[in-house]
Amino acid sequence: MSAAFDPTAPLTASGNLRRRRVVNLLAESIATGAALVAVVVLGVVIVSVAVRGAPALSLDFLTKAPPQFGGPGGGIGPAILGTAVIVLATTLMSVPLGVLLAIYVSELAGPRTVAVVRLALDLLNGLPSIVIGLFAFSLLVVGRHQSGFAGAVALAVIMVPLIARAAQEILLLVPHQLREAADALGVSRWRTIVGVVLPSALGGIVTGTVLAIARAAGETAPLMFTTSIFNNHASFDLFGQALPNIPVMIFILSEQPDPAGYQRAWGAGLVLLVFILVANAVARTLAARSRAKLGAR
Amino acid sequence: MTGANGSAPRMRIRTTAEQLEAALAERPREAPRPVVFDARDVSVAYGAKTAIAGVSLRIRRNLATAIIGPSGCGKSTFLRSLNRMNDSVPGFRLGGQLLYHGHDLYGGGVDRVEVRRRIGMVFQKPNPFPKSIYDNVAWAPRNLGMKAGLDERVERALHSAALWDEVKDRLKASALGLSGGQQQRLCIARALAIEPDVLLLDEPASALDPIATAAIEELVHTLKRRYTIVIVTHNMQQAARVADRTAFFSLDERAGERVGTLIEEDATATIFSRPADSRTRDYVSGRFG
Repeated sequence: MSAAFDPTAPLTASGNLRRRRVVNLLAESIATGAALVAVVVLGVVIVSVAVRGAPALSLDFLTKAPPQFGGPGGGIGPAILGTAVIVLATTLMSVPLGVLLAIYVSELAGPRTVAVVRLALDLLNGLPSIVIGLFAFSLLVVGRHQSGFAGAVALAVIMVPLIARAAQEILLLVPHQLREAADALGVSRWRTIVGVVLPSALGGIVTGTVLAIARAAGETAPLMFTTSIFNNHASFDLFGQALPNIPVMIFILSEQPDPAGYQRAWGAGLVLLVFILVANAVARTLAARSRAKLGAR
Repeated sequence: MTGANGSAPRMRIRTTAEQLEAALAERPREAPRPVVFDARDVSVAYGAKTAIAGVSLRIRRNLATAIIGPSGCGKSTFLRSLNRMNDSVPGFRLGGQLLYHGHDLYGGGVDRVEVRRRIGMVFQKPNPFPKSIYDNVAWAPRNLGMKAGLDERVERALHSAALWDEVKDRLKASALGLSGGQQQRLCIARALAIEPDVLLLDEPASALDPIATAAIEELVHTLKRRYTIVIVTHNMQQAARVADRTAFFSLDERAGERVGTLIEEDATATIFSRPADSRTRDYVSGRFG
């Protein structure tokens, strides 16, 4: 190529640079547009739920049970409590399991086992939630009865891979030098993990857990199979009976031939949405803080 | 092998066995120091790649031994083999024999956690735990069941690392707030807190400024009274300043492969003034590496 260009010419666009600039602009605006669409969709969902759900909101709505035979008044108190109980049980089951799994994968397992376990986690993560619900149904409901516990187990199947994956990513971020330093002090592997690695990763693990909770709290399909035929009383009875819960409640209310029920469904949707948004915001804050802590070195 | 500080004085008179014994008893410092590490034809391979081969070397108690040589000659590999830090590297294999006080370091029944409890290590980059200064030093003793007199132990370790005066008022502060040089001395204190027998230093000052480097070198001088020190450095002046003995590693052509090996080991003064091998001479005079 004999590009005999004049280095002393003014520094304005020349040659095909003009065309390249147009292509560049086009590509940039398409990408920006795509990002905008995502934000707009989220905005529209939030606004429409807020607009239609807000009128239903009141203290009574959040605390009281719905009227026994339809009609106005009452709320989703038992469902909120039920969701809290179920999600708490799910969390208690899946956090230890998920974190231990992550520790195994990132600290103890050989590279081949890691590949297998990771694939299993990814597949588990991709399982349709209705299949998980069916599984829990056949395992814990058939021949017995629906229960909050069965719902919690189904949700745990969803939550474990989420937590394990998140914890794994965080454990990978813990600097290798810290493990080396601990190893060089003649401290056993497990003590190193508990005393140095986990504390460094704690913030990130909590973040992953909160995100997983937010995800599990909104899952509906598994709960349809496992804890959907309930009477709307506030109850902590995890094992004995089906517990009312927000996602199934939204579904039931929206199916009712009663405009008040329809409005309550929006209200319940808003409650769930706010919970998930707040959980996400909390998780982001925690993540930022833990990253700052790890990054300070 | 001669004494540590140059050649042994010549015997002027012919002596009987008794006289010889008496003479030796008068100069106990001239007796050769006990061997801590005895490397016998040690080779290390990672998978198919041989990193070092044919290393035979004795490292003696209460001396600072420096390992110098060009990049990639296996200095760190050899050092990390001394407390089995390479075990976690995939494909690591060690050939030959590596004895520690006469015990095979890689023999059956040897627990590497116990190995590292006796042979401490400080790394190139300061790597304090994201904990308080106190907890950094106290963590290992706590986990090894040395809980009695922990405060005194921490203070002693920080004194030994010449850090106590700088941190005594903020022991609860995060170790990550210390300067690089202070962090490195904290890492030394952390290693000393469990009272090891040997301290391995892997280019401990290469990430530090000259003042912090001087502090670390000063420290090595004091520490060798109580510990055996092996220090890897790419800085020849540093080796000349801190080490009693110096081992020069270099790359050697073996079966078409470039493999790190020990060229020679001698008193530091000898290595730097009249080394036996021309490669050492070239290296210390700055002609290559």
